[in-house]
Amino acid sequence: MEIDYNVQPPHLYPEYKSTILRSPTQPLVPVAEMLKDKSLPAFGESAIGKFDNDLTKNARKDHDPIGERIKVSGKVMDEYGRPLRNVLVEIWQANSAGRYIHKAEIHDAPLDPNFLGAGRMLTDQEGRYQFYTVKPGAYPWGNHFNAWRPNHIHFSVIGHQIGHRLITQMYFPGDPLFEFDPIFQSVPKQARQLLISKFRMDWTDAEFALAYEFNIVLSGRSKTPFE
Amino acid sequence: MSTEKLQQTPSQTVGPFFAYSLTAAQYGYDFNSIINGSLLSDEMPGERIYITGSVFDGNGNTISDAMIELWQADADGNYVTQYPNIPISNINFKGFGRLGTGTNAEHQFNFTTVKPGSVKAQAPHIDVILFMRGSLHRLNTRIYFSDELNDADILLNSVEALRQYTLIAERKEINNTIFYHFDIHMQGEKETVFFEL
Ligand SMILES: [Fe+2]
Repeated sequence: MEIDYNVQPPHLYPEYKSTILRSPTQPLVPVAEMLKDKSLPAFGESAIGKFDNDLTKNARKDHDPIGERIKVSGKVMDEYGRPLRNVLVEIWQANSAGRYIHKAEIHDAPLDPNFLGAGRMLTDQEGRYQFYTVKPGAYPWGNHFNAWRPNHIHFSVIGHQIGHRLITQMYFPGDPLFEFDPIFQSVPKQARQLLISKFRMDWTDAEFALAYEFNIVLSGRSKTPFE
Repeated sequence: MSTEKLQQTPSQTVGPFFAYSLTAAQYGYDFNSIINGSLLSDEMPGERIYITGSVFDGNGNTISDAMIELWQADADGNYVTQYPNIPISNINFKGFGRLGTGTNAEHQFNFTTVKPGSVKAQAPHIDVILFMRGSLHRLNTRIYFSDELNDADILLNSVEALRQYTLIAERKEINNTIFYHFDIHMQGEKETVFFEL
């Protein structure tokens, strides 16, 4: 399946100012069907460290990181709802104060010495992934005066086919910043809810961590189930 | 099984702060990297080549926060996905690499690999996946090699003749080291061809 622009943002979205000089001006060149079947590499379990999917532990020095502990989990599927196993899911996020550890980050909020904000894992046989982390804070950015990003976690996903490569952002339900954020708003209105995780009381670790569900559907060329 | 399709997850920008997760070792963060700028391990036999270049914005300035991934076949034209059941972490040739453009002053990427063989009658090539702050999508392009016969390549031929050169990396030999230089231009006269994938 090709890029579905009923769901996907445009390349140029002038309200998100950096797209003005960084988006292609020529139409993308269509690719013959036979060339879309190309597989992407599969990664081995041995490449993943023990705490790579637990951001509350993988940079812990002497304390747990500050913030509201949460569990983020979901399923990676193709467009027919078939689970995609052994998919590399990598995430990164700000700490609970809205500060990234990245050296270029200048927002005046505290770093947390016990929190890096990076994680990764492979999906299991049912296409499932699960991370423990703390809820990221909002942070300002330079797009326009007093621009703030809603709380979000960045996701990078490497599926099975070349069209399965996706980078996106997961948001939290009911964020008051949605309507002010051009990156979120760049997605067509009817598709925005696809980026908002679902609060799952039934998935919480009782009296330990709240839970959010975020499912990911990859757009690669999919043979129909009967092919 | 229902054939009703699910809605695909919308793409969002990689943003400026990916490095400490996606390219942590390259940028010196305390998190190991399972994908890096080398598509092969040191023991890999065969002729090394380096793929270098920069990404330019519509004003002709180099972009310091792009992330580039390369995906290619080995010298015999085989992808690791065709190898018999060996996880990518246990082989000499991975064929998949990733670099950010923020660790040198010229904002260049410099990948180490071997020149791929031709695959299914296509000219030797490397698939390029590009992300950056200011791009809401994954962008796909391709590297071909200036010293190969590219005339019959099916994908290259689907591109209008005047733009094909944007996909051809120039071979340079410096002190017995082989470089292929591939700049990516987001806009302007030399705008790189991107594919709908
Ligand atoms: Fe962010």
